[in-house]
Amino acid sequence: MTQPFYVSPEQVMKDRADFARKGIARGRSVVVLSCGEGIALVAENPSPSLHKIGEIYDKIAFAAVGKYNEFESLRQAGVRYADVRGYSYDRVDVTGRGLASVYAQSLGAVFTAEQKPFEVELTVAEVGHDVGSDHLFRLTFDGSIADERRFVVMGGAAERVAEAVIDGWSAEASYREAIQLAARALREDRTETQLSLEVAVLDRNSETERGVRRAFRRITLDELNELLTGPI
Amino acid sequence: MNDFLAERVAAQSTSSFTEHLAAVRPELLPSNRVLPTDASHLAPHGTTVVAMSFAGGVVMAGDRRATMGNMIASRHIEKVFPADRYAVLGIAGTAGLAIDIVRLFQVELEHYEKIEGTLLSLEGKATRLGAMIRSNLGLALQGLAVVPLFAGFDLDEGVGRIFSYDVTGGRYEEPEHHSVGSGSVFARGALKKLWRPGLSEAQAVRVAVEALFDAADDDTATGGPDPLRQLWPVVYSVTRSGHRRAPEHELAEIAGDIFEQRSIAGREA
Repeated sequence: MTQPFYVSPEQVMKDRADFARKGIARGRSVVVLSCGEGIALVAENPSPSLHKIGEIYDKIAFAAVGKYNEFESLRQAGVRYADVRGYSYDRVDVTGRGLASVYAQSLGAVFTAEQKPFEVELTVAEVGHDVGSDHLFRLTFDGSIADERRFVVMGGAAERVAEAVIDGWSAEASYREAIQLAARALREDRTETQLSLEVAVLDRNSETERGVRRAFRRITLDELNELLTGPI
Repeated sequence: MNDFLAERVAAQSTSSFTEHLAAVRPELLPSNRVLPTDASHLAPHGTTVVAMSFAGGVVMAGDRRATMGNMIASRHIEKVFPADRYAVLGIAGTAGLAIDIVRLFQVELEHYEKIEGTLLSLEGKATRLGAMIRSNLGLALQGLAVVPLFAGFDLDEGVGRIFSYDVTGGRYEEPEHHSVGSGSVFARGALKKLWRPGLSEAQAVRVAVEALFDAADDDTATGGPDPLRQLWPVVYSVTRSGHRRAPEHELAEIAGDIFEQRSIAGREA
């Protein structure tokens, strides 16, 4: 048996990080932003059935960019974690922070121990009573976790899209304004004028307005067209 | 390493919350409890639940009493619960286990919806509930039976449907109306006289309250409307637009009306 060449740990980590970054940079962007009515999650996604945005629990949603199979398995693991926790304790005991730290641990463990890191970037969004109490946790492939305010942009052209979002962001915005802003920002980076968008929202007042605890709601294509074309 | 990971992923790829729980936290399942033989006297029992179809959906109602032997264990217990947006279930039998089964069933449906991104069909929901009741058979033999009544709106066929169960998990679709629990024989008699095809939602809610009234009249374990404490049955209706709980004031009015009509008649109820 031949001895493998020595490679320094720094080099291994750097190679893995570069590998993951390249995978994520190929992906199309996702914008998650707090607004007056709740949290809007807007993704550029040509597929109507392979979702990048999903419901995790009552007040918690999930958005991801990168490899579908990898973030889908993370999404399902998140739903299982949240449902077991909510069933064994109480529904209010499932928090975005708890879920985000479980994700951070899994991503970190895979990054250091497995053959290849996950080529994904995630956002765990938890809607609160007002914009100030919303939580947006951004998780990267190596398990780093950041508690973001106002909005998160992930994906290939994240910086350019984020610049476009930052100017128009407002805490009082309606869904219509927030989704139009996100759609405009996503278009910054593309040459096509017509993007296929996947949009979902976490309603701030789902109990009083819809009579349900589950704040997550997908915006259908018809609703989306109405939101995007209508006046602000 | 990779084989191991692949196996783990494949083993976890179930949309059933119950199966997932059985794999990772089996002690949380209602059926995996260790109890002494014949424990029936230890726990409160919930009693009568009625369900019936009407034009455009189904109505389910349950009284508010739980008993332990000859004692009233609770006057406020609720036995009818929304399972998800388009289905409700009512539970008769050992209250503690029943409430756990309801909670598990609610999470089961929500879990499937979140993992798969689509609602389970009404038949699928009814089958899952049957499996849950079957897994409780051991406890049922120790005197802790749970018998549910399940109803929902079938979005594919556009009708309301009712399913009843036995303790072995046997599932039976019921046409028109059905009732379970200790007062069910009396409620069923009332339903046979009061129910007719093509009832409106409001009429069906009234029939449900009246059937429970008759059950409470003859069965001590069923609680009637209680004007003293302002307690009324729990009534849910399910239509194409989802489930709706009948508000207290509506039920108070119906109960008041039934009292009035029956006292005017001046007969032995």
